[in-house]
Amino acid sequence: MKNKIILLEHGSGGLAGQELISRLFLTHLGNPVLSSLEDSAIIETSTGRLAFSTDSYTVDPIFFPGGDIGLLAVHGTINDLAMRGARPMCLSLGVILEEGLLISDLENIVLSIKEASEKAGVPVVTGDTKVVPRGKGDKVFINTSGIGIVPDGVNISVKEARPGDIIMLSGTIADHGVAILTRRAGISIQGDLKSDTMALHRLVQLLVETLPEAVHTLRDPTRGGIATAFNEIAKTAGVGMDIEESKIPIRPEVEAACELLGLDPLYLASEGKFLALVAPEYAAQALDMIRLQPEGMDAAIIGRVTKDPAGRVVLKTAVGGARLVESLSGEPLPRIC
Amino acid sequence: MRHLCEFRDRGLTISLATELDRIVDRPVRFMEVCGTHTMAIFRHGLRSMLPEDLHLISGPGCPVCVTPTGHIDAFIRVACMPGVTVVTFGDLVRVPGTNGSLARARSQGARIEVVYSPIDALNLAEQRPKDLVVFPAIGFEATIPGVAATILEARRRKIQNFAVFSAHKLMPPALEALMSQSGLEIQGLLCPGHVSTIIGANAYRFLSMRYHLPCVIAGFEPADIIQALILLTRQVGYGRAEVENAYPRAVRWAGNARAQGLMQEVFEPVDAEWRGMGIIPGSGLAIRPEFSEFDITKRLDIEIPQVQGPKGCRCGEILIGQCVPGDCPLFARVCTPLDPVGPCMVSAEGACAAYYRYGRRHRRL
Repeated sequence: MKNKIILLEHGSGGLAGQELISRLFLTHLGNPVLSSLEDSAIIETSTGRLAFSTDSYTVDPIFFPGGDIGLLAVHGTINDLAMRGARPMCLSLGVILEEGLLISDLENIVLSIKEASEKAGVPVVTGDTKVVPRGKGDKVFINTSGIGIVPDGVNISVKEARPGDIIMLSGTIADHGVAILTRRAGISIQGDLKSDTMALHRLVQLLVETLPEAVHTLRDPTRGGIATAFNEIAKTAGVGMDIEESKIPIRPEVEAACELLGLDPLYLASEGKFLALVAPEYAAQALDMIRLQPEGMDAAIIGRVTKDPAGRVVLKTAVGGARLVESLSGEPLPRIC
Repeated sequence: MRHLCEFRDRGLTISLATELDRIVDRPVRFMEVCGTHTMAIFRHGLRSMLPEDLHLISGPGCPVCVTPTGHIDAFIRVACMPGVTVVTFGDLVRVPGTNGSLARARSQGARIEVVYSPIDALNLAEQRPKDLVVFPAIGFEATIPGVAATILEARRRKIQNFAVFSAHKLMPPALEALMSQSGLEIQGLLCPGHVSTIIGANAYRFLSMRYHLPCVIAGFEPADIIQALILLTRQVGYGRAEVENAYPRAVRWAGNARAQGLMQEVFEPVDAEWRGMGIIPGSGLAIRPEFSEFDITKRLDIEIPQVQGPKGCRCGEILIGQCVPGDCPLFARVCTPLDPVGPCMVSAEGACAAYYRYGRRHRRL
């Protein structure tokens, strides 16, 4: 690695982070389960398969339109488990608090965690609290880990993507990213810009129980957006992808905000959406089923998996052109003029 | 936002592209001056829709890219001074100087914040009266009036801990320098839309008259761009060289007099160094002596060194149309968006970033 120090871009979910993970963590800690770099690990036990996942939350601001760091911490880990087709069972909760944080703010976050975990039916079963001196942290950082049970016969993995699969998106893109960025930049835009943070495990469960053969791959396009998720799947599975820009669902106010801020929505996070790669014979049925659920009302088929060009993602643009889509590099930057 | 649907209409764009294909009957080379055009062309996949014989080359219209290494070094030096917070547009943060970037300085403790508007920098200064808030001002006529207005506002609000590091650049002197150098073979200029809203379409007349160069001002949507390319091709076909305004919904012939007035009130023209073009007379703007309390170079007595750009990097030549990113030996090998060597790989409007992100290996998909 050329960089000798950690930069912010190492945490943006793009190429710098991927390089750090593969050159440092996997070099020293790599094993077949970890090195697969899936959203959660699958562990074989004598009584069945467990899914195990962990995620840390450092979002700034801690309260944002549509949610807060507590909701995010519950939904994020539940979704990481769901992306392997697992039924989430329980969560751990670790909080790192900065000296000076208002207890009332913390209570509001805890109430959000309660609400999210009750609604999802996934309890917090163990926890830990640490406090750091003022200035050594930023209000509150949260880590959650989760355990889930993978039903027999379910085998959902990035590696399972294969040419011919239909690419589905469960709803609109970039809602969370735009809500956070506009809030952080202090920009107020008319309309309802709010995070889409939401638990997806019920929708996934319904899908895998009703159509067990249908789903090959699931991925939630969080940091790095759908562009980065496409690339990760294409490179891991050695397949190509053809995406139709005009089919990608996006709310008009989110699109307008992206135009205004010079951001490409393909690189902005969702926190309540998944990409599903579905066997073509089940595509129509799966789409109907997803659309009937509240989590998936805006679902759409946005493209298909191809054989060539392997490892690359081609976007058919809305105006009739075509281009490649790359992973996120750097922090998403505003433009100057 | 109706513009998004109207000017991105698939049927309209395809029929314009078909018309362009019909009228391009010989090889033509046009330069798109503005980095936002470069990015829009790639982002909408327009290259895959253009005739084989129509070649587009990028020009010196990316503000971050034309800012020379010496300035970047000076920004970083200021950011590392005690008590200083540098507040900047995001594009500048990752641009490499001689030793690292603002991002690296930030990782080692320098205080650097990203904003969308210079007025945000001023507001931050008001909230933090103990800090000296410095705004490195790069960019062309499109963004300069906003900085001028911010300086006037700082005086009105009597905010004393706010200063600007002006590295502003003016487009017409750069285009003049570009055309007067030998070896640039282009048949037309796709003129920048945002800059033109301020300076007006008349500002390009010297190019059509003195250099017999067709000039068309274009908006940034797919239909805008292809429409402008049609107008350029027609001028070439008929042997004409005129200024045409294909962006009349935003650009007037005389430009925006009020914005021009703000610029003149606060800034005065100076010679300025451009990456790839050296020093161009009268192509930069310095803060007038009447406003020197807001001029960081006066306040802290900052020298801006002339430094060589990164070794092997051809950003300078790319910015003046002498080569394309693929010609640079570092492109996509040593220099990538993850590990940029030159500024054209960093900026959202940089030619190298656009070619890397959207255009590598595929011209027609």
